[in-house]
Amino acid sequence: MSTRLAEYRHGLRAGLGFGAAAGVVGISFGVVAQPVMGSIAPIVMSVFVFAGSAQFGATAVLASGGGAVTAIATGAMLNARFLAMGLAAAPALRGGPLRRALEGQAVVDASWALAARGEGGFDREALLGATIPQYPAWVLGTVIGVLLGGTIANPADFGLDAIFPAFFLALLAAELKRPMAVPVVALAGAIALALTPVLPAGLPVLLAAATALLGLRRA
Amino acid sequence: MTAVWVTIAGLVAITAAIKAAGPVLVGGRELPPRAYGVIVLLAPALLTALILTDTFATGQDLTVDARAAGLGAAAIALALKAPMLVVVLVAAVCAAAVRAIT
Repeated sequence: MSTRLAEYRHGLRAGLGFGAAAGVVGISFGVVAQPVMGSIAPIVMSVFVFAGSAQFGATAVLASGGGAVTAIATGAMLNARFLAMGLAAAPALRGGPLRRALEGQAVVDASWALAARGEGGFDREALLGATIPQYPAWVLGTVIGVLLGGTIANPADFGLDAIFPAFFLALLAAELKRPMAVPVVALAGAIALALTPVLPAGLPVLLAAATALLGLRRA
Repeated sequence: MTAVWVTIAGLVAITAAIKAAGPVLVGGRELPPRAYGVIVLLAPALLTALILTDTFATGQDLTVDARAAGLGAAAIALALKAPMLVVVLVAAVCAAAVRAIT
């Protein structure tokens, strides 16, 4: 019991740092999303979706004139990694199907990376502890961003449009250690840039995702 | 505006289902290793595509502007093992500075 408490504390401590970053990214999401979808929708999205990459990805599709289906597909593809993360975390979670499903909602990138012990081991308490500060920070950041969004004439003047790619770069840096990740990144990047001038928004990103099929070569 | 709420409803349902699937199903069979190999590579592939399109695309045109400077600064901060908060702030400050002087 005392070790479990210690693991919660370990997760919470790390989660405060993640939460600070999540708050800033949340502010930039609110500022960027407010002109696209108004004041209420971005907050509702952060409360119930709680997945930054999918929210930014879907908002970018809508902002550039894409439809709901493309926006949902982009967000769903971005969230597909949570399936693999959930499978890895599953044995460590507790209770029946409903409780496991609820505990699975705590899987976000930074918490999962902290809790993954490599070779299948997983720390449930570190996952939950690290996510606890990030959720309110994400929602509160979004609210602040929406409020600022009404007063900032041009978010680009504050470099807010650079926050989103930087946040993704920080997440990507943690992914590069995986086998095959570097060739996949190179190929996905080339495809995304090559197709941007010729295809509607959203599609180059989805087609770049097909480079993940290189993973079939392992195993 | 309808597209916004349809998008939110769709993302809420799909995200919850994706996150619940592993924990609920794991009592059954494991995924084949080949499928797992593809799934874990979706994140780096998608993150790369989004980073590049968000940095270099303006509509369907490719441009190099202050966002690229922000991304470069973020990469340097990451290489120096800066915490995530510092990485995103460095990117914003650098992009804002480049815009202010150009």
